[in-house]
Amino acid sequence: MAQLLRVSDLRTHYFSFGGARVVKAVDGISFTLNEGETIGLVGESGCGKTTTCLSVVGLLPPAARIVGGGIEFAGEELTTKRPREMRRIRGRRIAMILQDPMASLNPLFSIYTQVAEPAFYHLGTRGRSLRQRVQELLRAVRISSPTVRMREYPHQMSGGMRQRVVGAIAMAGGPKLIIADEPTTNLDVTIQAQYLDVLKEIQQASGVALIFVTHNLGIVAKMCDKMAVMYAGKIVEQGAVRDLFRAAKHPYTQALLGSMPKLGTKEPLYAIPGQPPNLAQLPSGCAFHPRCARAMTQCQTQQPDDRRIAENWVAKCWLVDHQAKEQYVSAIA
Amino acid sequence: MRQFIIRRTVYAIITLLILSLTIFLVVRLTGDPVTLLAEPGARPEDLARVRVEWGLDRPLPVQYLSFLENILTGKLGNSFNYEMPVSTLYFQRLPNSLELALAASLISFVIGIPAGLISAVRVNGAWDNFGKIVALLGLSVPGFWLGLVLILVFSVWLGWLPTSGQGDWCNLIMPALALGWYFAASLLRLTRSSMLEVLRSEYIKLARLKGLPGVVVIGMHAFKNALIPVITLAGVNLVIMVNAAVIIEVIFAWPGIGRLLYEGIFQRDFPLVQGIVLLAGMMIVAINLVIDIVYAWIDPRIRLAR
Amino acid sequence: MTTTDEIATATAAAPVPAAQEFFTPRGTGWRWVRELPLVPLAILVPFILIAILANFIAPYDPTEPIPGAKIFEPPFWMQGGSTRALLGTDFQARDVLSRLIFGARVSLIVGVVGTIVAGSLGTALGILSGYLGGWVDQLIMRVTDAWLALPALVFAIFLATVVGPSMWNIIIILGLVYWTRYTRVIRGEVLSLREREFVKLAEIAGGSRTRIILRHILPNVMNSAMVLASLTIGVVIIAEASLSFLGIGVPAPQPAWGSMLSDGRSMMMVGDWWLTVFPGLCILLVVLATQLLGDWLRVRLDPQLRNM
Repeated sequence: MAQLLRVSDLRTHYFSFGGARVVKAVDGISFTLNEGETIGLVGESGCGKTTTCLSVVGLLPPAARIVGGGIEFAGEELTTKRPREMRRIRGRRIAMILQDPMASLNPLFSIYTQVAEPAFYHLGTRGRSLRQRVQELLRAVRISSPTVRMREYPHQMSGGMRQRVVGAIAMAGGPKLIIADEPTTNLDVTIQAQYLDVLKEIQQASGVALIFVTHNLGIVAKMCDKMAVMYAGKIVEQGAVRDLFRAAKHPYTQALLGSMPKLGTKEPLYAIPGQPPNLAQLPSGCAFHPRCARAMTQCQTQQPDDRRIAENWVAKCWLVDHQAKEQYVSAIA
Repeated sequence: MRQFIIRRTVYAIITLLILSLTIFLVVRLTGDPVTLLAEPGARPEDLARVRVEWGLDRPLPVQYLSFLENILTGKLGNSFNYEMPVSTLYFQRLPNSLELALAASLISFVIGIPAGLISAVRVNGAWDNFGKIVALLGLSVPGFWLGLVLILVFSVWLGWLPTSGQGDWCNLIMPALALGWYFAASLLRLTRSSMLEVLRSEYIKLARLKGLPGVVVIGMHAFKNALIPVITLAGVNLVIMVNAAVIIEVIFAWPGIGRLLYEGIFQRDFPLVQGIVLLAGMMIVAINLVIDIVYAWIDPRIRLAR
Repeated sequence: MTTTDEIATATAAAPVPAAQEFFTPRGTGWRWVRELPLVPLAILVPFILIAILANFIAPYDPTEPIPGAKIFEPPFWMQGGSTRALLGTDFQARDVLSRLIFGARVSLIVGVVGTIVAGSLGTALGILSGYLGGWVDQLIMRVTDAWLALPALVFAIFLATVVGPSMWNIIIILGLVYWTRYTRVIRGEVLSLREREFVKLAEIAGGSRTRIILRHILPNVMNSAMVLASLTIGVVIIAEASLSFLGIGVPAPQPAWGSMLSDGRSMMMVGDWWLTVFPGLCILLVVLATQLLGDWLRVRLDPQLRNM
């Protein structure tokens, strides 16, 4: 599989009050994504997941700027592209699905118009082939009787169906990468599973890569090949989903996994003590240390960088060194 | 949509009833209506005759019913001065007021809507600040004073435009400007805030995410959504302008309904005044109903509901 | 949580009434002066003072001709003018400046009192409509809609024709014409207030409806009412000027800016502009100042109202 996306040391900051206040929403994250792969971007609200996505597509709000690092997509560097070039990429080669299906669709335009737009503007499809394409797309997201449905308006559809339409819109330009920003959070629990199946189907049929932003680890387990856990603007651990679920090394990842409710046990729900930090006033050293059960003196003063655990598995934690040392010591003892 | 139309029509009818009742009661309950309904300079015998003619000695509810009956059959009384039915006079002058109102509306659209749109798209920029000043002036400068100043500058001092009367576009431009000025400002404000709200919405974000050209995002998606409240206001304004441009028409001697109303006041021609007020109210309610229906047709959320 | 805790929390969550929030100085000493909106106050305060002190400031009696003056004398800096009548004289040789000064009194009184009448009536009806609901609500709303349908000026003209012009009649008429602007907004606020916790608590505690309205609802709609009032006072002033212009406002010989504009019309045609420009400028300045004041109030009193 060829490498599709490579984010290197990306830093996106928000500037307010004339530059007096800087919020480091994304502070040096790096990850890669191959064609057809799915990566889960996990974390609590405000950790920088959405800002990362907006940085990739180039639609940051005016107060935010990419101040460092690179985003390489299919061999091209996105951070240096002009707005017009980014516009041609958006919708055509990189698509995005937003969280709220009702708000995402324009109430005054028909489903047909909204699904057809990317194909119309990016691919130049017209007339009958455009109609056929829209029907294909709607069928691919499991919307029955597409010819009837496409003449309808958003308010005539249920939430789950609308979100599937948003998925169809995302596929319309034939993208290589889809970024899904919490697409199931606003859906009924019963509909969520169906929607995820639809997404998986599309992915298998078209080979599109997926960045799945969520705070729900159950979804990550179901949908993703690898995952990156974000905290306070940094990726604190990333690796294959199986590895992390079995033996996560970073205390934050462990806490997240530990706080998942498990069927069949009567253990009390574990909640991580404390609050996510204020991004404008981060603690010194490792940002997680105030809430970490295993914090050492070193953690309070020195920010950890990536400690390698295995080939594609890194975590930003001093404990990794300690464990490696212990293993080494016990190995030679 | 049908339920919507039925409901709005019922409301319109109720509104008309209340308006007619108000006008009826105001006249009957504030002093002796005979003095209003009789021509100025009437003698006691005339007063008695008027009393009988208008049925002023009958109980109020009966009077109101015959009042309503008269309205519905179009008998709004005769003007003292013109000795013609009020309704005839009203509809005779209506096209003139309409001409003025259309011209003023056009000016207010051309100035207000684009300025509001640009202000919203380039919010807090130089254009936006300029727009805010224009809006403020539009609300503070009384339209009729603007009219007087325009006459002073362009007719008296510069001699470029005629001072008054109806004629070709030279006569039209100053009154239309004076009349449309206020509405341009209010349209600007409304367009700007409506557009700002739309631009913040999720579906505009998604439209940008689709990589649509900026022109399409703004011109098609944002524009159509933002215009809904603006069009409603514009339609309402037009009808108001037709009926309430009293002072402008007086200043520019424009032969419209407003001027007719002024004549009625000046010459104590009460049936004329009452008739015009009634007709103005009826026309406004009727047109508002039409606008509501058009609005219902544009917005698919209403059109496709049961 | 005990009931006292609940009450304390609910009261803490209640919005701060306008007067309290407005007059509490931020910080100590005179710092709140810096937060005042200087431009509108710089215009309004002089006008208010002029209106109050008119009897002492005006050089002449505004209703009597200046002895020895000619009619339509121009302002003193033009040829034919003199410092005897600084801004010129009108068609009865009355001093324009004095008439402007006394006209301020008329405009401001009618504007302020008319707005108070309209605002009180509209707010009261809005509260009743929103809080009591049912047929009261329907009745008030239908009347509001009906009266809003008629253009304000036309309605005012009609009423003035029927009852005859005088300053107090005009004030009442304008109050009757403009109260409808308040009712809808206040009603909406009351509807949402009714669902808030502190109101429900008061209802459970068994307060009489009058008491709840006066103590809880009224202070909280004052914000909106004041903002609306400041934004519409300009409209009322212009309406009075319009009525006076047409001759059915404040009657002659009492000076009013609107009737001065009407007086000046005939001579405007031959280029005597001062009777037209000066009264209009006064109207413009006062209305502009009230608009700016209203905008400032709107932002200051409740950020949620910024979209109004």
